[in-house]
Amino acid sequence: MSSNRGKGSAAGLAAFAAIIAAAPFLLPDYYQSVLIVAGLFAILSMGLNLLMGYAGQISLGHAAFYGLSAYASGILTTTFHWPVPAGIAAGVVLSGVTAALIGIPTLKLKGHYLAMGTLGFGVIVYIVFNEAVGLTAGPSGLTGIPRLSAFGKTFSTDREYYFVVWGTAFVLFVLARNLVRSRMGRALRAIHTSESAASVLGIDVARYKAFVFVLSAVYAGIAGALYAHFVTFVSPGSFSFHASIQIVTMVVLGGMASLWGAVAGAVFLTVLPEWLRAIEDYDILVYGAILVLTMRFLPGGLAEGAERARGTLVSAFRRKSPASAAAASGAEGRKP
Amino acid sequence: MSGSEPFFAGEGITLRFGGVTALRDVAFSVSKGTVHAMIGPNGAGKTSLFNVITGLYEPDAGAIRFSGKSLTGLPPHAVAQSGIVRTFQNLEIFTNMSVLENVVTGAHLSVKYGPLDFFLRTPRYFREERRLREEARAELSFVGLDADVSLPAAQLPFGSQRMLEIARALAAHPRLLLLDEPAAGLNIRETSALGELIRRIVARGVTVVMVEHDMALVMDISDRVTVLNYGEVLADGTPAEVQRNPAVVAAYLGEEA
Amino acid sequence: MPFSSFLQFIVSGVTVGATYGLTALGFTMIFNTTGIINFAQGEFVMLGGMLAVFSMKWGGLPLPVAVPLSVLLVTAMGVGVDRLTIRPMRGKPAVSLVIVTIGVSILLRGGAMLIFGKDTHALPPFSEGAAIPLGGASLLPQSIWVVGITLAVLVAMKVFFDRTITGKAMLACACDRKAASLMGINVDVMVTVSFAFSALVGALGGVILAPITLTAYDVGILLGLKGFAACILGGLGNPFGAVAGGLIIGVLESLGAGFLSSGYKDAIAFVILLALLFLRPSGLFGKASADRV
Repeated sequence: MSSNRGKGSAAGLAAFAAIIAAAPFLLPDYYQSVLIVAGLFAILSMGLNLLMGYAGQISLGHAAFYGLSAYASGILTTTFHWPVPAGIAAGVVLSGVTAALIGIPTLKLKGHYLAMGTLGFGVIVYIVFNEAVGLTAGPSGLTGIPRLSAFGKTFSTDREYYFVVWGTAFVLFVLARNLVRSRMGRALRAIHTSESAASVLGIDVARYKAFVFVLSAVYAGIAGALYAHFVTFVSPGSFSFHASIQIVTMVVLGGMASLWGAVAGAVFLTVLPEWLRAIEDYDILVYGAILVLTMRFLPGGLAEGAERARGTLVSAFRRKSPASAAAASGAEGRKP
Repeated sequence: MSGSEPFFAGEGITLRFGGVTALRDVAFSVSKGTVHAMIGPNGAGKTSLFNVITGLYEPDAGAIRFSGKSLTGLPPHAVAQSGIVRTFQNLEIFTNMSVLENVVTGAHLSVKYGPLDFFLRTPRYFREERRLREEARAELSFVGLDADVSLPAAQLPFGSQRMLEIARALAAHPRLLLLDEPAAGLNIRETSALGELIRRIVARGVTVVMVEHDMALVMDISDRVTVLNYGEVLADGTPAEVQRNPAVVAAYLGEEA
Repeated sequence: MPFSSFLQFIVSGVTVGATYGLTALGFTMIFNTTGIINFAQGEFVMLGGMLAVFSMKWGGLPLPVAVPLSVLLVTAMGVGVDRLTIRPMRGKPAVSLVIVTIGVSILLRGGAMLIFGKDTHALPPFSEGAAIPLGGASLLPQSIWVVGITLAVLVAMKVFFDRTITGKAMLACACDRKAASLMGINVDVMVTVSFAFSALVGALGGVILAPITLTAYDVGILLGLKGFAACILGGLGNPFGAVAGGLIIGVLESLGAGFLSSGYKDAIAFVILLALLFLRPSGLFGKASADRV
């Protein structure tokens, strides 16, 4: 069984890589920038899913980690003329270190404290982005951020940047998948269901929660820095409470504890508004409805929906094919 | 047997919740390789005592010693590292995992690979994961659980979930196993299988302390019994001694009257 | 800084803080019966103010009718939120419930934006009259309404929990839901009652504050968060602590805005919140309690 799953997941990864490679050549050019944004959100929701879907801890301030890194890298490369890769590294480190400072004390508490702590933290960071005008240029935003350049190459076209973003997303996906299927992934899922049962088996609950919180902030930091050097402009509006909710919605819609779901949720919720211009102003209503309805009717999100659909298709197919129908009736009452 | 110090001992354990004293000056000791039962009416403090031992509650006073070391004040995961693992009265299986994954998670402390191994999937990662799965299957068959191991754990019937919890605890290679009402909700056949299982666990060299209400089971397999009542030790002795103790009889009859 | 302006900051801090306290009270009541934090609490506050404004504007109702009507409507919505979204989720993990209340909060906010638009509105003060001079500061008549109504709510709650069967049953649910249901208390009803109550006190807070600070579809986020900060400050689950916490946060915020920087005013409550979570999560008036396993 496990070797089958191993092969299945390798095939899944290959298909994922193939889709990433082919998409920009199959879709109109216009979609490249949409897909770049989708890729950034995919990184964000993968990171948040590790925290929320696997470990069962909610962060309502993930846009703050996204924004901290975007601003840090933006300011360092623009005002202080750092090379872009150094700016990105500093931004990611800043997000991770900040998460450790916030998370280590908060995660020792049980219940919803992390949710509220991160929410409060998100609001503070948002206010700082607006008010520290000398550093961030305030509400009007920081302009003139250089495009990503590394190893003497500047990634100036959207197609080049698409491959940077989705290549990064792919690597982060594989790392997250490897984590999930390890001792640490099991420990996180154990913490999700019962902290006491996890701890009496020797799992250091506070340490694992802190680790995964920092890791998810690092994912957010990577997305944030890549965002800054893509749009070359950052303003506080991109990192508000609303943005944090957007990421949470992507995770919930895609499916908690499913990395494929996180990617699907991010792509779906980025592309959907492009199709439905009419909802532009009311996307907040759509997010609210998605959150409530998904939790109520499809708690496993799109990932569970896909699984169910596959089950229905398989059984419908079996019913149509007489040979397998006979086989099925013969096997009735026996366990497959 | 030989030592001046018992294998496991609690001394003067006192636990208060606000104005209520859940445990008062509780002392007991457990010899290596035995089955030690904790009995007493509901609310006598048995589960609270387990929570204190495993570090889930911090006692207001008292000390816990285990094979020569003090466990007092250690967090739960450190208690587990010292070799004490428990099960729960109200099953705490991991409902978001398969049967096999539950048991593999139990072996958390024995995993010999680090973050680099699993992030980069080194040969050591694969070797260890294979070993963990094999050992988990072995524990499942040891407790007599022959269900489909890839089934979601939540789909097992109640009795099997109890066995799953024991298998998960055994996968942690405990030296002292605490069972919190392992027979609760089991039928007669399952209970007698449980008694036989506990004997086999002791034969593996694991010492067992259990909280239990099923007197037939307690009298059958215990080497020693501690009776708690209103958070205090009422009696302590062999099953036969405890059964003859007038205070114990009164406490039990008093509860039923 | 002359004493008069110091006094002025205290006066306006107490006024705003009283409504934070009412919001905190709402958090506390739902937390006590369900063990969840209702992220939609701030929206009840927003709706209290907005519904009053629009029943005057569109319905042509006089203020003394519009205010109680709005409070009643929001109370009914509180019941609806419980019946439609919380009750079907009974027994689901806390994460799922939190997400549902977040979803509800943005649905309510989005709905308010759709129906009432994005403009900022003011409600007329409850009574006419000029500001009352007070030691160099001036006291708006509306501030007296705010503080008076908050005190009245507190007294009413005290009577409710001490003297009525329903109140005692709610406290029993707070202590131990399982035991309460074994005692024959209908926990479902208690949860609905607690949602009704917290919607009611939330709406009251919103409606008494609207003449002073103005209201709009999106004021609920910050009011809710500050109410939560007040709730943690006072010790989660402690109603009197909640109101005291609200007053403290209101005054600190007002002083901070006056002495430090008005731009950072909204951050003050959250800095307090984070500091508390780090240093004393049981709150100023709460006792550290053992977790149940």
